[in-house]
Amino acid sequence: MKFLAYLVSGISLGSIYAIIALGYTMVYGIAKMLNFAHGDVIMVGGYISFLAATNLGLPALLSVLVAMAFCTVLGILIEGLAYRPLRSAPSLAVLITAIGVSYFLQNAALLIFGANPKAYTPVVSGTLKLFDGQLSISYVSIVTVVCCVVIMLALTAFTGKTRMGKAMRACSEDKGAAQLMGINVNRTISLTFAIGSALAAVAGALLCSFSPTLMPTTGSMPGIKAFTAAVFGGIGSIPGAFIGGILLGVIEALSRAYISTQLSNSIVFAVLIIILLVRPAGLMGKRTQEKV
Amino acid sequence: MLKAEDLNVYYGPIHAVKGVSFEVNDGEVVTLIGANGAGKSTSLKTVSGLMRSRGGKIEFMGKSIASTPAHKIVELGIAHVPEGRRIFTSMTVEENLDMGAFTVRGGNIDADKERVFEQFPRLKERRRQIAGTLSGGEQQMLAMGRALMSHPKLLMLDEPSMGLAPILVEQVFDIISALHKAGTTILLVEQNAEMALSIADRAYVMETGRITLSGTGKELAASEEVQKAYLGG
Repeated sequence: MKFLAYLVSGISLGSIYAIIALGYTMVYGIAKMLNFAHGDVIMVGGYISFLAATNLGLPALLSVLVAMAFCTVLGILIEGLAYRPLRSAPSLAVLITAIGVSYFLQNAALLIFGANPKAYTPVVSGTLKLFDGQLSISYVSIVTVVCCVVIMLALTAFTGKTRMGKAMRACSEDKGAAQLMGINVNRTISLTFAIGSALAAVAGALLCSFSPTLMPTTGSMPGIKAFTAAVFGGIGSIPGAFIGGILLGVIEALSRAYISTQLSNSIVFAVLIIILLVRPAGLMGKRTQEKV
Repeated sequence: MLKAEDLNVYYGPIHAVKGVSFEVNDGEVVTLIGANGAGKSTSLKTVSGLMRSRGGKIEFMGKSIASTPAHKIVELGIAHVPEGRRIFTSMTVEENLDMGAFTVRGGNIDADKERVFEQFPRLKERRRQIAGTLSGGEQQMLAMGRALMSHPKLLMLDEPSMGLAPILVEQVFDIISALHKAGTTILLVEQNAEMALSIADRAYVMETGRITLSGTGKELAASEEVQKAYLGG
């Protein structure tokens, strides 16, 4: 029964990673850049939903929506101000800029909200008790897993079926050819950042509901782990980010429970290295054959 | 229909297109021929907005498009089938056609697809196949079909015969002739000068960034210089 409890906590932790990883992977897929500031948008989402709930007294759901709206705008601004001018610059320049944006957001948060952790009120409270109370699952866990699955399915449908979603895939494959189809590449990239950042806000609220201390650095570690999850699953792939996130969460939770709390992160990254040695494109990485 | 005047295009410090002017009249097939690196593809890219000319003019149906963004130029009615086809290899054949119809709003996209399938029956058989798994010839058909989905007034084709077996080259040129007969104006870039001149109303010969000769397809096919340089005569 203990194993089941660890597994459940792993899956719900993994669901958060997966939501973040979905944002990472979409932005990477289309802009071919690693947006290292993504983790910090999570933190901003956390703060905004925190402020909306405590200062404005909004209900949890509404405060998350406010955070999503704020992060959407923030994502579009970051892309437009920091990354768009570098569209034809070497990828290293973009990467360094992303790190710069990350530090900027952290320090701006430090300036505005201070270094003291805030106590975040979980978006849902209470626990579900199963098997005569032997297994308890918090409602936050359930909400998280449900959110993650819904988001993954929605994104899959969006990129697979809709006009804009297909345009996104076209841009991700060949921006020049996409332009020749009449697709506005800049607008499509903005849209991707908007979606990714809105997801980051959701992840922020859920993350803070799990571990209710909110600090300016709250987003960094989950951000890096979600990036790992995205690579793990095959960066650029939506189901890959989902599976990568869940697996990462489960591996982390189980190694924390059965091996060592201190070593759990190392184990997670060791598994990543092994997977990448065996499957360099990640678990679901695209390996299309191309004829020329 | 299309008038390009004094195009000057640079790749960094390299002056790839040097004061090139050409025009395409309504209903014509015009071809730009010349060796590798002569600036033919760059000229096409400049018309479709992927590259920019320093100075000069580009007019399409009386409207300047020299600073119009590429995605708007498609809407105006210029479709560009780029060199190397550049189909979306991870999408299905049908999705590629959907992308071709991106600028078409309120039209009947399914009927347009059927029209393309009539022209390219192979594509119909493979409509749900991932485009990257098509053969080279099929990919060329798809690239052309995709361009036709936007209802172009001017179709620009960049090396449609590249890398294709002779029988497929003939097929591609038959299709170009058929499109022309159906009323599409065509600007064709080719290294296969013989084939290109055989269907062209007019032609320009490019060498190292400049236009060195121009005339009707027949004139150029008969010209000694062209014979020597491009036709192995």
